[in-house]
Amino acid sequence: MSATEGIAPPRLRGEVLATQIAAVAGRSIRRTLRQPALSIPPLVFPVALMFVNAAGLELSTLLPGFPTDSFLAFALAVPFVQGALFATMNAGTDLARDVQTGFLSRLSLTSMRGSSLLLGQLAGIVALGLVQSIFYIAVGLAAGVDFASGIGGIGVLLLFSLVVSLGFGALGSFLALRTGTGEAVQGMFPLLFVFLFISSMNTPRELIAVDWFRFAATANPVSYLIECVRTLIIEGWNGRALALGFGIAIAIAALSLALASWALRERMTRT
Amino acid sequence: MREFKKGPRAVDGIDLRVEPGEIYGFLGPNGAGKSTTVLMLTTLLPPTAGTATVAGYDVVREGPQVRSVIGAALQEAALDNLLTGRDHLRLQTMLQGLPRKQRKARGEELLVRVGLTEAADRKVGGYSGGMKRRLDLALALVHRPRVLFLDEPTTGLDPQSRTALWDEVGRLAREDGVTVFLTTQYLEEADVLADRVGIIDHGRIVAEGPPAALKAEIGRPSVHATPARETDRARIGNLLTQFGDPLGDGELAVRLHDGFGLADVIRGVDGEGLALHDVEVRAPSLDDVFLEKTGRTLEGAAESEDPISQPARR
Repeated sequence: MSATEGIAPPRLRGEVLATQIAAVAGRSIRRTLRQPALSIPPLVFPVALMFVNAAGLELSTLLPGFPTDSFLAFALAVPFVQGALFATMNAGTDLARDVQTGFLSRLSLTSMRGSSLLLGQLAGIVALGLVQSIFYIAVGLAAGVDFASGIGGIGVLLLFSLVVSLGFGALGSFLALRTGTGEAVQGMFPLLFVFLFISSMNTPRELIAVDWFRFAATANPVSYLIECVRTLIIEGWNGRALALGFGIAIAIAALSLALASWALRERMTRT
Repeated sequence: MREFKKGPRAVDGIDLRVEPGEIYGFLGPNGAGKSTTVLMLTTLLPPTAGTATVAGYDVVREGPQVRSVIGAALQEAALDNLLTGRDHLRLQTMLQGLPRKQRKARGEELLVRVGLTEAADRKVGGYSGGMKRRLDLALALVHRPRVLFLDEPTTGLDPQSRTALWDEVGRLAREDGVTVFLTTQYLEEADVLADRVGIIDHGRIVAEGPPAALKAEIGRPSVHATPARETDRARIGNLLTQFGDPLGDGELAVRLHDGFGLADVIRGVDGEGLALHDVEVRAPSLDDVFLEKTGRTLEGAAESEDPISQPARR
């Protein structure tokens, strides 16, 4: 057969799009799995930090008004957000590398649509975020944490993780496409972690005694992401916390996706 | 035409036509505008002004159609070091929209074609430069393009890998009718491979035609002399101008005038009581064509240029 014969027949647009998304997502997952140094820390570090905090801050549960008598159950919400941040930075760094090495140009030369690249990349991040979340839930259950919202709550928790991963993943993609360098993406990591630490990750907001910290934690959207997960674990079904958490997660995802789409159009200057 | 902000006019009013099934060699030093031209023709960089069509499609208005009929291996083989050769082909066949049933067979066919079957399941990070280039070529061929762009495909390759790639590119044009647009800074590559050559310098085409015709335009051979005694250099230089036009670049060399040959030069040197350590007659080369048109040799131009091989976008 010659190199120029038998050009593939036209196929349904949706089918082609789905195939392209699957191809990019598959690559994203394969890359992550082949880099243990990138795939293991998002699993191990948040859990390790959680156990360290739980051991050191267990006495916090004696504070009047503390919502549970298990600090581990209280702290289990944090890895979900922290892990998503880790994975986001890794995914962003990977995409930035594609820009630097010219791999994005290779992809631009195919019939791939820009939306396929973004959605595929994000599908890979979301899939890995889901694996992380299942791991955190398994660790919590193994450590004796009872999920107050039951099986249904675990399902909602996984759905919430999916939205958070999508939002942070899109944010990482935006940073990667905008800056085009892995170093710049990694440089944003500490800044995002500041949001995590100035939140209600270790203390319920109403029990934070320092005024400025309580104010900052209240203004910090990350607090509501953590509290959404936390309420499913230690309280059960709290409509307000769920609405706030999902609302903020969806807003972050929508904004990040819009920014990432714009940055991709700017970066892929093909005609 | 393509201009860059705060930069030079990288491509300046070039006008060229490549026939179907032809191998067109785009020859020039670093920074001459070769890669910028390729980026524009492959739709990755919009021209500032002017028009271009590839396989009948306008590169500005019909980008997707252009991309559907071209394959390209750009200057750096942009591969993912964590993926295997087979992974790359799987990805490329999916992104190019090949039907599921054809993907595997097409990938295997191309692995055989570029001689990477045995290395197909190894991560690309462990490939040699030649293997990466061959994989890059295979990826560019996945969707059976009508036009293939190769941007300095053999830069940095050892002679054996270079020859293997030349053979494959030659086969693609001769047996499969693929039109090949090849940029290179290697004279030999353009000479051996290209049906026609366009020589570009400072963003402009300074000569164009089949290599043999271009060399024939120069016509006369050149004589290159090395004095036995350095102190005789100036006298020999003066003497040589009786037989031809100096070639410059600090060399004792002249393009012979009609009617003069090597014997005349040697007799002249002997007659003046001078001695040569070495003397050589060279048939015209593409470098001579470049020299004739620009006043510099290709090698010298490459060293003196400020490369724009990877221009910053916008």
